[in-house]
Amino acid sequence: MSRANALPLPVTPTVAASSLPASRTAARSRWREAALPWLLPLALLGVWQLGVVQGWVSPQVLPPLAYVYDTLVELGHSGDLWLNASASLQRVLVGFLLGAGLGLLLGAAMGLSPRLKGLLLPTFNALVQIPVLGWLPFALLLFGIGEPLKYVLIAKAALVPVTLATVQLFQEAPQRLVEVARVNGFSQRQIVTNVILPAGIPALFTGLRLGFTKAWLSLVVVELVASSEGLGYLIVYGRQLFQLDLVMAAVVIVGAVGYAIDRLFDTFERRLQRGWPTGGNR
Amino acid sequence: MTTVAAPTWSSATRGAWVPVLALAGWGLWAALDETPSPLLVSPAQVAATAWDLLASGQLWRMLAASLARNLSGFAIGTLGGLVLGYLLSQSRLFERLVGPSFNTFKQVSLFAWIPLISVWFGLGDVAKVVFLSLAALVPVTVHTCDGLRGVPPSLLEVARVYGYSRRQTLWEVMVPAALPTLFTGVYLALIYSWLATIGAEYLLVSGEGIGNALIDGSEHFRMDLVLVGMLVIGLVGGLLNLFTRRLERRLLRRYGR
Repeated sequence: MSRANALPLPVTPTVAASSLPASRTAARSRWREAALPWLLPLALLGVWQLGVVQGWVSPQVLPPLAYVYDTLVELGHSGDLWLNASASLQRVLVGFLLGAGLGLLLGAAMGLSPRLKGLLLPTFNALVQIPVLGWLPFALLLFGIGEPLKYVLIAKAALVPVTLATVQLFQEAPQRLVEVARVNGFSQRQIVTNVILPAGIPALFTGLRLGFTKAWLSLVVVELVASSEGLGYLIVYGRQLFQLDLVMAAVVIVGAVGYAIDRLFDTFERRLQRGWPTGGNR
Repeated sequence: MTTVAAPTWSSATRGAWVPVLALAGWGLWAALDETPSPLLVSPAQVAATAWDLLASGQLWRMLAASLARNLSGFAIGTLGGLVLGYLLSQSRLFERLVGPSFNTFKQVSLFAWIPLISVWFGLGDVAKVVFLSLAALVPVTVHTCDGLRGVPPSLLEVARVYGYSRRQTLWEVMVPAALPTLFTGVYLALIYSWLATIGAEYLLVSGEGIGNALIDGSEHFRMDLVLVGMLVIGLVGGLLNLFTRRLERRLLRRYGR
């Protein structure tokens, strides 16, 4: 560990090798670079499998790897996977669109009118302190256990970061640019659409992304507590039957979907930043 | 639109309008609505329930139980996160070994771990603290790693020229330079772990805590209890928030930034 510790500069060891068989060392170290990240997961899986085979833990506490794999395949074959995943995705999409849309409106309203902001923002900030799980019993009594409950809670989770990001967008608008626009006789609307929005798009996107992450997190929570289908329900169902293979398979799916969505946002964000020359220009 | 606020309205009183009006409207509605409904409780009833809980000491017991869990989980998670973040930022080997696994791990929605934790650790305090530490670990690790990596190389070079030892470099150069980012991680960890405390009490039902009061309230159709619980959760969250901001400002001032 101490070898690479001297300076945290991104100097790869491949650069340092300068002797004749450099290409071979380079290839070998590149291979090692690619292999290293797999070491830990493989070791964990190995210990897991070993523990099961040797009977250190009962299969009820830690099911054999093969079971989890079989369960995953079976879920895919029987169509249960698609049924539950699509239920979850639909919930998260509807909730997110509702929450993000409302958040954009609310944030823009507060951003445009300082008076409204003074009126609403303190209350908003106070309500934000209560996490989704705090709202859950309240919403449960109010809306019952059906779909609206899920939409409302997911929308609430997405609403908060989007609203705050939108308010900030107006607050941190590049004053110099706004002044120039004003001197040039831009109307208020022109200033918003031509100056403030373009400059703030990346920040706004970060807010939307955070909103989606929160929405996904809340989805799992809501489905864990109150649902009869969905990925979170699969987890609870497996837990109730003490089928840990099902629980783990469902956790893997939840993780994979979350990861895929995150990647998607990442690619989109990068493309957006490339195509938006004014973005970094504060 | 961009005019300054009217001088007669200070910002504090203006912010109070909405809650006051909402409270008045709620009270009026509760007073006028004749049909008895367990959902529509009057503000007075909520206040009475809050007072009962306070006077009987039950609220303090619940709050103490929740906070004790919250803080122990937070402390363990933060400590682990600081160490993990340091190692990830300083050792390339460690980063290659653990980094990708960690990044995958943090993608899994936190609450999805609860059923597994409940099988492995039961429903008691151990399981809750494990869950809370996980909640605190992730943001601290990410921000510690980012912060330490973001220390300007020029500062490190100066430290090297002056012959600082590794420890001196860490405490006198890197930590002060990375302090704002480190603090963001700790701050997020505090918020996450409070959220996770409620979640743990909600999903690993056993023992006493604020989250359990919420469940009781919703199971017995007692909206007043639910509202008191929400109020307390919000208040504690707000206070933790405030406290951390204060601490952050003081620390930053002390390090002369």
